Amino acid sequence: MQMPSPKSRRWGDSLFRGLTFLAALGMIGLVMVIAVQLIRGSQLAFTHFGLGFVTGSRWDPVHGAFGSLPLVYGTIVSSLIALLIAVPLSLGIAIYLAELAPHWVRTPVSFLVELLAAIPSVVYGLWGVFVLVPLVRTALEPFLQRTLGWLPFFQGTYYGFGMLAAGIILAIMIIPTISAVSREVLLAVPNSQREAMLALGATRWETIKMAVLPYGRSGILGAVILGLGRAIGETMAVTMVIGNRPQISPSVFELAQTIASIIANEFSEAFDELHLSALVMAGLVLFVVTLLLNILARLLVWRVARAPEGVTRE
Amino acid sequence: MLSKKSKWVVLLVMALVMVLVVAGCNSGKGDAGKTQGSADNKQAQETKTVTLNGAGASFPYPLYSKWIAEYRKVAPHVTIDYQSIGSGGGIKGITEQTVDFAGSDAPMKDDQLAKAPGQIFHIPTVMGAVVITYNLEGVKTGLKLTPEVISDIFLGKIKKWNDKAISSLNPDLKLPDKDITVVHRSDGSGTTNIFTDYLSNVSKEWKEKVGKGTSVEWPVGIGAKGNEGVAGTVKQTPGGIGYVELAYAVQNQLPYAFIKNQAGKFVEPTLDTTTAAAAGSAANMPEDMRVSIVNAPGENSYPIAGYTYLLVYKDQKDKDKGTELVKFLWWAIHDGEKYAKDLLYAPLPDNVVKLAEARIKQINYQGEPLYK
Repeated sequence: MQMPSPKSRRWGDSLFRGLTFLAALGMIGLVMVIAVQLIRGSQLAFTHFGLGFVTGSRWDPVHGAFGSLPLVYGTIVSSLIALLIAVPLSLGIAIYLAELAPHWVRTPVSFLVELLAAIPSVVYGLWGVFVLVPLVRTALEPFLQRTLGWLPFFQGTYYGFGMLAAGIILAIMIIPTISAVSREVLLAVPNSQREAMLALGATRWETIKMAVLPYGRSGILGAVILGLGRAIGETMAVTMVIGNRPQISPSVFELAQTIASIIANEFSEAFDELHLSALVMAGLVLFVVTLLLNILARLLVWRVARAPEGVTRE
Repeated sequence: MLSKKSKWVVLLVMALVMVLVVAGCNSGKGDAGKTQGSADNKQAQETKTVTLNGAGASFPYPLYSKWIAEYRKVAPHVTIDYQSIGSGGGIKGITEQTVDFAGSDAPMKDDQLAKAPGQIFHIPTVMGAVVITYNLEGVKTGLKLTPEVISDIFLGKIKKWNDKAISSLNPDLKLPDKDITVVHRSDGSGTTNIFTDYLSNVSKEWKEKVGKGTSVEWPVGIGAKGNEGVAGTVKQTPGGIGYVELAYAVQNQLPYAFIKNQAGKFVEPTLDTTTAAAAGSAANMPEDMRVSIVNAPGENSYPIAGYTYLLVYKDQKDKDKGTELVKFLWWAIHDGEKYAKDLLYAPLPDNVVKLAEARIKQINYQGEPLYK
C-alpha cells in the first residue's frame, strides 16, 4: 500500500468535511421546507381564523369552524401521562440492567426491551382495543374511581377508551426508547465514580443515587425527550384507543383527541379547502408545540449539564 | 428450457427496442404510452395499448380490482390502474386532471364542479348500504328502530336502552337498563356521509345542529377508525351502538337493526333492499345523476344507502384513452354488475343502468361521441 501524499490527504479531508457539511445543511433545509410548506398550506385557515385557531375549541368540518385547543390539550396531556408512567419504570429497568443485573439476565432482558420498540404501532393499537381497553374499563377505572374518585381527574363515566388508555399505550411504546438510551448512559458512567463512592463506605443504593444518576442526568433527560418526541407524534395506536373526541376535560376517563390523530383521520376525505387548510394548520401547531418542547428540553439539559457533576451536595 | 426461453425474451425485447428507436427516429416525436405491439406474433392486427389511471374512493376498491382483472381478459391491450386513496383525493385528482377517472362515494358539490376545467359526469356503479350494529346481551339481529329513535340516539337524547321509545318498538325483547354508548367513525368516510345524509333527511334537529359530511362534529360518542374500528369498539363496549358498511357487517356476522322506511315497513338491510332503494328513487333521478337515495320511497327500500360513482370528463382530450374509457364504463355497468353481489355490493337496478347508458353515450372527443 502506498501512503497518499500529504496534499491529497488534505484534499480528501476537505472533501469529507464538505460532504458532511452538506448532509447537515440538508437537514436544516428539510426542516425549512417543511415549515414553509406548512405555513403556505395553512394560509387559508389563518386568514379565516387568525390566532383564534389556537384558542378556539370547536372542530366542525360541516360548518367550517375549526379551533385546535382541545387537540393541543389532548396531545400534551396524553404525552404527559405517558411520561408519568414510563419514566420511573424505564429508569428502574435501566438501573437494574446497568448496575444490578447479573450477566445472564442482562442480555436477554435488554433484547426483549428493545424488541418492544420494533413492534408496529398498529399492533399496539389492536392490542389496546382488544386487551387494554376492556381491562381499563372493568378493572383500572372502577378502582381509580373508588379510591381516588374525589380528585377531578378520576370522575365521570368511563368507557375504557379515552385519555387514560392512550397514556398507557404511549407509555408502553416509549419505555423501550427511554430505558435503552438511559441504560447506555449509565453504562458510560466511569467506574471511578462508583469506586470512589464505595470507598467512602456508601451502599449500592447510595452509590447509584449519589454518583451514577447525577453523572448521567443530562443523558437521561435526553432519553426522556426522545420518548416525549415519540409520544407526541404517535398516531395510529393513539387514534385506536383515545376515542377521537376533541374536548377538554380534567378527567382522564374522558375521550380526547390529538393533533396527529385528527390529521390522520380526516386528511384523506377532506373535500373542503378550508378543512384541508385547517388540518395543515393543525400540523403547523404540532410543529410549533414540538419545537417549543424541544427548546424547553434543551434549556433544561444545559442547566443540568452546567451544574457540578458527580456527588450532589446534601 | 428456461434459459432458452429467457434468451428468446431478451431477443424479443431487443427487437422491440430497435423497432421503437427506428419508429422514433422516423416520426421525430416518440409517443409515450402507446407502443406498437408489432413484435407480438400472436396479435396480428395492430392494437394500441392504453393505460387508464384512476384513483379515489376506497369503499368500491375490492369490486374495481375484480373488474380490472376481469376486464383484462376482455381487452388485454388496456391496462387500468385504480388507487384507493379516498374520495377526496379522487375528486382532487380528476379536478387537476392527474387521473383519467376518479371514484367517489359522494357526488361532487356544485362549487367543486365549478372548479373543474370541464364538465364532469357522474356514472353510478354500485350501491352500498350502512347498517346499525349494537352490542346488547341476548339481542341478535333484528332490533327494530325508527328514524326518530335513531336520530335521538345519535343526538344523545335517548340515553338508556330501556327507554320507552325503543322498548315500545320491540315489545318482545327484554332491553336492559344500560347506558347507550354511541360509536361513530373518526376518519372521514363515505359511510359517514351516507349515514349523516340519512340523519339530516329524517331529523330537522340533526340537519340544523350537525349536518352531513364525511366528517362531522358528533354530539356524543366514541370515535373509531374504519369499519373495523367501529365494529371492534361496539364489540368491546356493552350497550354500544354504531354504524358500519353492510358488506363489513355481513362478513363479520355483526348483529344489525331493521329500520323503518318511508313506507312504514321495518326493512332488513340486504343487497336486494338496497337495490330496491335505488330503483324506488330512480324516478326522481336528475339528469346529472347526483342524487341521494336515503329514505327512498318503496315498500322494500332500505333507507340508509347511497351510490358510489366513477367521475369522468364529458369532453375527452385523448381519443384512444377516451374510447377505451367509454368501453370500460359500458362494460362495467353491464357485465361488471354481475360480480357485485359476490363481493357484497348492491348492483344497479335496470332503470338506473338505462340512465347511466344515456350519460355514457354523451362522452365525446371533439364533439364526436366515443360510444359505438
